[in-house]
Amino acid sequence: METGTKARFSPGRGWPAPRWLVVALPYAWLLAFFLLPFLIVLRIALSDTARALPPYAPHWTGWAEAWNFLQALDLESFATLVGDSLYLDAYLSSLRIAATATLIALLIAFPLAYAMASAPRRWQPALLILVILPFWTSFLIRVYAWMAILRPEGVLDALLRGLGLIDEPLGLMNTETAVLIGMVYSYLPFMVLPIYTSLERLDRSLLEAAADLGATPLRRFVSIVIPLARPGIYAGCFLVFVPAIGEFVIPDLLGGPETLMIGKVLWTEFFSNRDWPLASAVAILLLLILAVPLLAYQRFARKEAA
Amino acid sequence: MNRLRAPHLLALVFGIAFLYLPILVLVLYSFNASRLVTVWGGFSTRWYAALLQNQALLDAAWLSLKVALVSASLATILGLLSALALGRFGRFAGRTLFAGMIAAPLVMPEVITGLALLLLFVGLDAERGFWTVTIAHVTLTACFATIVIQARLVMLDRSLEEAAQDLGATPLRVFFAITLPMIAPAILAGWLLAFTLSLDDLVLASFTSGPGSTTLPMRIYSSVRLGVTPEINAASTLLIALVATVVVLASLLIKRDALART
Repeated sequence: METGTKARFSPGRGWPAPRWLVVALPYAWLLAFFLLPFLIVLRIALSDTARALPPYAPHWTGWAEAWNFLQALDLESFATLVGDSLYLDAYLSSLRIAATATLIALLIAFPLAYAMASAPRRWQPALLILVILPFWTSFLIRVYAWMAILRPEGVLDALLRGLGLIDEPLGLMNTETAVLIGMVYSYLPFMVLPIYTSLERLDRSLLEAAADLGATPLRRFVSIVIPLARPGIYAGCFLVFVPAIGEFVIPDLLGGPETLMIGKVLWTEFFSNRDWPLASAVAILLLLILAVPLLAYQRFARKEAA
Repeated sequence: MNRLRAPHLLALVFGIAFLYLPILVLVLYSFNASRLVTVWGGFSTRWYAALLQNQALLDAAWLSLKVALVSASLATILGLLSALALGRFGRFAGRTLFAGMIAAPLVMPEVITGLALLLLFVGLDAERGFWTVTIAHVTLTACFATIVIQARLVMLDRSLEEAAQDLGATPLRVFFAITLPMIAPAILAGWLLAFTLSLDDLVLASFTSGPGSTTLPMRIYSSVRLGVTPEINAASTLLIALVATVVVLASLLIKRDALART
């Protein structure tokens, strides 16, 4: 076994292009265009707002002035964030809307994933493609499709009126309900796929054994299916909840003036109010908030692997 | 396996209908003769004809196509290198940071990535336009390409590579003669994913583009904000048809490829 590991194929040895180049190229790209920009965001979040182009006055001008920099370090933007209830409300309502959307997505996705996993084997690849295909079509267009459906006198109103179910338009457009519908719709594949993957591996003989031993269908579901699907449920919730918090397009197009979400606040601060330090501070605080579910999920995944 | 039971069938029908009906409605109304979105005025292709007259939209589409082609190709190269580094190199200095940076853009809100990249470009005093949008898209989509290619690389049967190496092939030769052909479907899938994500992106492009470089999603977004128009329905339908065709063709190619290999 010892010699086997040594002789194992490793593309590193003897390449004309040295092994380090394979790593260095993408590494350098990510450092330059992913990590460095975040440091700049942090720097600008700690700058003063200025009426200039670019609209901020940096405090950082070089290592020699490090002491001056530290002294001039400015938490003004963060103070605004904490002091003004608008921002606090936006963070809280983003979390609430994202959590609600995650829960609804789970309630819709679980039966779908369960039905997919219990369908005849030869159907499953086709069902999988059916669920994935909408993910490939444009996100913006899928949100736009709901505008046509939910708008006053839109497709849904016309349909319900035609069926004689309503007399007045529902008035769903530009409400929080519309935002929730848009989110559940857009992120549903992210919930279905991990749950399906964990259910697909479920050993059916466990269910049969439980049935033979007299367990009711509900009991079998609660004590066998749910625990075995847990990794998929957690992964799905993570993949829906985290991107939903910072979502911009859905609240902007489907939401109304009273739907407050932090992604939209950041956009407005940046593009309309041109307050770059404040927008940067909003981004930094949002990153800190996102770190909580990220670390929690990582912990869960590590425990699951052990 | 077992036959499909009624509640399962119901869940499937409801779920699939929920996913597809909105898109279907959009496609249907793009053929509506009436300008009013809810009134069906008969079948017509007039909005498709109107699209061809809309020079601003055509320019935006052309720019988006160029950005998507260039950024998907660069992202696939970076993705292949990253997948090799993560899947084949074992431990190397700074691997944790590297893996973290690969995974982060997947869950990072686009508004943050967009803001961060714009501040970088402003700091560098770079002229904003085609290249800044392309760089932003490469950064986002390379991560998706990496994950698709790495998944295939990890599943690969190593014995062929080892046999070739035992027979004296240089690592480079092993890579081009054996590894690359075996992961080719994943490379194609990674490229396609990067291409469609780039074609679709609104937020990163809005932050990083400059005057005179408006992409198709930006153009669609600015007219959509003003309301639902049949012309945008037609443009959306064309975009959906394009993506669906490419994805179906690609999956057929990959399937044929897989069949030929077994």
